[in-house]
Amino acid sequence: MRHYLPNTEEDLHRMLETIGVQRIEDLFASIPEKLRLTESLRLPPSLSEPELISYMKRVAKKNGPLSSYTSFLGGGAYHHYIPAIVPSLLSRSEFLTCYTPYQPELSQGTLQSIFEYQTLICQLTGMEVSNASLYEGATALVEAVLMSHRINRRPRVLISEAVHPEYRMVLKTYCKNIGIELTTIPFDQTGLTDKGECGNLIDHQTSALVVQYPNFFGRIEPLEALAPMARSAGSLLMVVVTEPISLGLLKPPGELGADIVIGEGQSFGNPLNYGGPYLGFIATRSLYQRNLPGRLVGQTKDSQGRRGFVLTLATREQHIRREKATSNICTNEALCALAATIYLCALGKKGLREVAHQNLQKAAYAKDLLSGLKRCRVKFEGATFNEFVLQLETPPEEVNRALLQERIIGGLPLKRWYPELSDCLLTCVTEVVPKRKIDRLAAKLEELL
Amino acid sequence: MSQDRSGLVREEKLIFEVSKPGRQGYSLPELDLPPQPLENLLPPSSVRDDIPGFPEVSEVEVVRHFTRLSTWNYGVDTGLYPLGSCTMKYNPKANEEVSTFEEFAISHPYQPEELSQGNLEVMKTLEELLAEITGMDRVSLQVAAGAHGELVGLMLIRACHDSRGEKKNKVLIPDSAHGTNPASAYFAGYQVEEIPSNRKGCIDLDHLRQVVNRDVAALMLTNPNTLGLFEEEILEIADLIHHSGGLIYCDGANMNALMGIAKPGDMGIDVLHLNLHKTFSTPHGGGGPGGGAVAVKRALKPFLPVPMIEKGDRGYYLNYNRPQSIGKVRSFYGNFAVMVKALAYILTMGAEGLRRVSEAAVVNANYIRKKLTGIYHLPYDRPTMHEVVFSDKWQAARGVRTIDIAKRLMDYGFHPPTINFPLIVHGALMIEPTETESIEELDAFIEAMKSIAREAEENPELVRSAPHVTKVTRLDEVTAARKPILRWKP
Repeated sequence: MRHYLPNTEEDLHRMLETIGVQRIEDLFASIPEKLRLTESLRLPPSLSEPELISYMKRVAKKNGPLSSYTSFLGGGAYHHYIPAIVPSLLSRSEFLTCYTPYQPELSQGTLQSIFEYQTLICQLTGMEVSNASLYEGATALVEAVLMSHRINRRPRVLISEAVHPEYRMVLKTYCKNIGIELTTIPFDQTGLTDKGECGNLIDHQTSALVVQYPNFFGRIEPLEALAPMARSAGSLLMVVVTEPISLGLLKPPGELGADIVIGEGQSFGNPLNYGGPYLGFIATRSLYQRNLPGRLVGQTKDSQGRRGFVLTLATREQHIRREKATSNICTNEALCALAATIYLCALGKKGLREVAHQNLQKAAYAKDLLSGLKRCRVKFEGATFNEFVLQLETPPEEVNRALLQERIIGGLPLKRWYPELSDCLLTCVTEVVPKRKIDRLAAKLEELL
Repeated sequence: MSQDRSGLVREEKLIFEVSKPGRQGYSLPELDLPPQPLENLLPPSSVRDDIPGFPEVSEVEVVRHFTRLSTWNYGVDTGLYPLGSCTMKYNPKANEEVSTFEEFAISHPYQPEELSQGNLEVMKTLEELLAEITGMDRVSLQVAAGAHGELVGLMLIRACHDSRGEKKNKVLIPDSAHGTNPASAYFAGYQVEEIPSNRKGCIDLDHLRQVVNRDVAALMLTNPNTLGLFEEEILEIADLIHHSGGLIYCDGANMNALMGIAKPGDMGIDVLHLNLHKTFSTPHGGGGPGGGAVAVKRALKPFLPVPMIEKGDRGYYLNYNRPQSIGKVRSFYGNFAVMVKALAYILTMGAEGLRRVSEAAVVNANYIRKKLTGIYHLPYDRPTMHEVVFSDKWQAARGVRTIDIAKRLMDYGFHPPTINFPLIVHGALMIEPTETESIEELDAFIEAMKSIAREAEENPELVRSAPHVTKVTRLDEVTAARKPILRWKP
């Protein structure tokens, strides 16, 4: 523990002398006597660095030999290849160990990279302005809903049941406190948001219509058909993207009528990490830029006319506006946004399309192969990106338990969120899964079903 | 063409401006299966042709670009970073290493619990150690950052009152509080009422007595507060609030002053958030990811977000069966990799180490206070805890303001303190050195501050026009906000 504490006993003694107190305890005199601890905290004995490393290795190993498993899990968190330069550049301590760039003269590295990030997000989503990041996808959706409520003051939000269930759960938690009413639009037989129901439910009290693209079942919502419904009711169309790799191939939501695009950027260079830290993104039209939550970086000039970057439009933020701010967010996910920026720069125009293409092709191959098995079919017919819903005649949990013996982590059983889909698995195939592993999954399923 | 300033501080174009068709920075295997025609897989109307303006650069260019950008940043590894309320302490490298262990990094949040026992053990252990450090009964790690913790903490308070059939609509917040406090209260659906500080810089108990009534859901305080002062009357304050049926929320941003010294749980605090990226040494990353924790007393346990981690016969599991829970507050379980680092830190320090951390943090702050007394105006002249707040009152007489002092510090090689906060001190300079600074680094900082005070007397223009040796000089923030350029366009 001493290696992080540079001052020696002698240093401390000298400092106390300067301060003019006898003992360190004297500095804590303002804490009422009865609150001061007389006993040590009950914590495990301190570890040296080698002991710490071996302890953590031991704990990590309790997860089992994860790297020897093949996983078909997605559902808002995706396993993609991360180029070596991403962790390498992120470990630059000037990026890693600095604070929010309040002092632009000492933060041009962070600021310029955020400006590049904002640009990349705009290019991908087809929107005009992106903020510097939010916590993760679900809270990004919350922020977007609060934003639409600020914009049009309408009391209700319509959300498709084909939006990630956890995102809907989080939104529900927040809305309860704020007093925004949530109405769910069911999905139809093809796993898409039911357009008829949407048309019935949307009205002039509807602040926003929220759909996911590709949706939670992997289906590609026809945004071009939903946008006019939102527009004619005067509601905002809000599009959630949990798998942004798809945007390498799919038309950007902005081009199809979205007013706010939010989502999860984990797929861009951030490891799965058991669910976090991830990267919430939000992008919108210039019209609404002053309603955006969180940090924004803008380009400007220094006193000598050189280009530079600053945090801007801060009057939206909590440290200036307090309870009148557009959001309470302070710390965001800057380093995850930097990972995404580096990832997207490395992949570039062609690489992102190539990764998206491989995801699409591999998932399509798996979908064809698996739906050809007996007692197994595709639940929702129609185009998907890298995930699709399989319907089994054997309970999915049972199948997964058996697959686990074969070092295969099967798809995600949908029962916990959709009782009517209790015989279904959400199956994801990304570019990291080789064909032979897909073939092996098919062979094992054939035996099991 | 912009001129290079030197070999090391050069103008670095935006990545989009160095892009060139045909360059590539990635290496992927060939698709190992026969591709189907795109139009068979996607409706042609859904397929984009191109991503206009998207970069095309080689790996070398990406690496150089971001390496150069990094050199224009100042981090804790560069030097003293005395941002008050931010606890910019050293971020141990061993913690970074353990957080990237493959078994952690490739863990999918939906993988079976039997393949997640290590992850769950990390979370459960951290939860328990944080409960011990704070004297609280149960901890949720689901929150992503401090402000998120505040919001969730207030949701818990609302749920608790609701469960008792009590409708309360007001949250009291001292005028010295972080801006996130009132913002969080608002987004939790409460009205905010500001409580003035007294002459000692603490909550004015007499005023509090006058305004407390049955409408008050909670008092949201920070202890030590943002002036670095311990709320000496905390027990009386807590009694008063509890008596009227309210609860006490504590912003734990300043926990670095208290570890092993005193426990918030003993002070009558009902809900507390922690910032793992402050007290528990995880890096700030230029503004995140942080990590939060919400700690509560027994009465609020039933309302904590789902899932909570429990230990059963077959090991750890995620418990969603909590009927009184407020629900989920983010996807999955929290910033797990940040939790690994925080746990590594606590295990490295141990009980004695954490107490030494808080002691050394307080000694360092008081050393700066003592050495700069008489040089800078000290609005609350008494021993502080982990941070000390000066003001620009004396320099302002010469036309040198807080912002100028901050900018001039950069020329001396230091990151400035937090400025113009807390709001109750006009022209505040809020200095939090943390425990990881040596006496030599502190002395160098003190000398720089003294030198700037002299310059303010002798050559105020030099200070007002600072910084002089940074990558850029002062930036035109007014134009940036008036005519926002928020993205690159070709």
